[in-house]
Amino acid sequence: MKTLVIAEHDNAVLHPVTLHAVTAALQFGGEIDLLVAGHDCAVVAGQARRIAGVARVLHADAAHYADQLAEPLTELLRSVLAGTADHYTHVVAAAGGFARNLLPRVAARLGVAPVTDVVRIESPETFVRPIYAGNVLATVQSLDALKMLTVRATAFAAAPTGGDCPVLPLAAAADPACSRLVARQRVQGGRPDLGSARVVVSGGRALGSADNFRRLLEPLADTLNAALGASRAAVDAGFVGNDSQVGQTGRVVAPELYIAVGISGAIQHVAGMKDSRVIVAINRDADAPIFGIADYGLVADIFEAVPALTQALAGCGEGNFSS
Amino acid sequence: MKVLVAVKRVVDHNVKVRVLADGSDVDIGSAKRAMNPFDEIAVEEAVRLKEAGVASEVVVVSCGVAACQDTLRSALAMGADRAVLVDTAAELQPLAVARLLHALCQREQPQLVICGKQAIDDDAGQTGQMLAALLDWPQATNASKLRPGDGHIEVTREIDGGSEVLALTLPAVLTTDLRLNEPRFVSLPNLMKAKKKPVDSVTPESLGVDVAPRLRTLHMAPPPARTPGVRVDSVAQLMERLRAEAQVI
Repeated sequence: MKTLVIAEHDNAVLHPVTLHAVTAALQFGGEIDLLVAGHDCAVVAGQARRIAGVARVLHADAAHYADQLAEPLTELLRSVLAGTADHYTHVVAAAGGFARNLLPRVAARLGVAPVTDVVRIESPETFVRPIYAGNVLATVQSLDALKMLTVRATAFAAAPTGGDCPVLPLAAAADPACSRLVARQRVQGGRPDLGSARVVVSGGRALGSADNFRRLLEPLADTLNAALGASRAAVDAGFVGNDSQVGQTGRVVAPELYIAVGISGAIQHVAGMKDSRVIVAINRDADAPIFGIADYGLVADIFEAVPALTQALAGCGEGNFSS
Repeated sequence: MKVLVAVKRVVDHNVKVRVLADGSDVDIGSAKRAMNPFDEIAVEEAVRLKEAGVASEVVVVSCGVAACQDTLRSALAMGADRAVLVDTAAELQPLAVARLLHALCQREQPQLVICGKQAIDDDAGQTGQMLAALLDWPQATNASKLRPGDGHIEVTREIDGGSEVLALTLPAVLTTDLRLNEPRFVSLPNLMKAKKKPVDSVTPESLGVDVAPRLRTLHMAPPPARTPGVRVDSVAQLMERLRAEAQVI
């Protein structure tokens, strides 16, 4: 039993979801190698070798890995995995935009059926994953010799650091040179990322406008050092960018505290936040389905309740909410 | 350029599916079916490319039972030129569908393939990337804007926390995100016209593709229900509960 975990990073910082993928990989009980492929990313390999439980970091460094494009990375992974099909038994990456783009491509190259969005590992070949927007949990058994999976970071704890394993250089594979990054924009709001924030404040259509969305929710999010999310309805209405969408087709989050403001609770939204530890819903409509899954429901006018909540939270001291 | 679009017939997104009592499958017997919403966006984009004079022909493909012809007819009514049904009652998993599409692409030689980013039934999100791999073509998943050029295409795609623009050499495979477009409503005259458009039928055997599943579903279950919460009457009560009971602030 031997697992290859694919690290997610931006050539400077190892993305914390990688720690969760390592925890999932540890459940197989075998050795774990961690692949760090990028450009001028020795610093990331340095962070990766500190993860407890990792046996070796494989570090591939080449200009064509700088932008984490699927085509060159697939060729690299194929060369690592194809030569050793009887060597690695599992490939694991954290479910998210990066792995969703890459892993199926690698799998098809190797003739493997991947299992995406795994939330529980039952055995080395049996995995549980949500289907139908999280309304059903399917237990599936992989019949392939090599198992390839993406795991939901929210379903596995972060692996601790404190390890000290060797970093082995890995030769780059040829560059297919059929795709090129032209531009990349990340929304910088000074707030924690939706996927890893301890608290998420989300708004729905009831906010009424982009202006209200900002005016009402930003102070609350600031007070709690929370990430800002939104329902699909709020995104479609143009209140906020689509990268804020929480739901089946957007981001899946599971923070300690999720505050849903003016969100009705459509199935597709609930699929993206129902695993949060504590859910608070504030909505004027007492019959909104969101109250069916909320731990604490407040039927109130959001335009009065939210500022009052922000004020109450601000009054109980700052510095207690760092994520 | 020729554009090929893959469409899947799924349970309508408004239907809440339930698991059969024995946990063997989901109970979708007579539930309403529809085109996977992301595939509808793919068809719409292909038709817009044709209307803009960029695409010469739009071919839609669906893999599955004979009833998938309804889905293909919807795509034809939206403006696709012709359709191919890969007729099979076998359980089709993403790798098998990618292989079927791969075989069809070798026959049809499209310059661009557009798929939905995921199907709303199995939520796998794999087929487009797998097809790109089998064809050895570049890919852009979660596309939100296309700018076709000469021999290449620029695609804006959604990534975690933002967006990026990729330039791909054609031929290429794209998968659609929600914001790419808003699919048109099908008019009655177009629906009538669609009935005259050609629908070809092939089988996995005639394409020489083995569709045997590589994943065996052992069990299905509803997710654990959340324990019912409480209603609070005021912000003050909410604060008190969050502090003392949930200990989350």
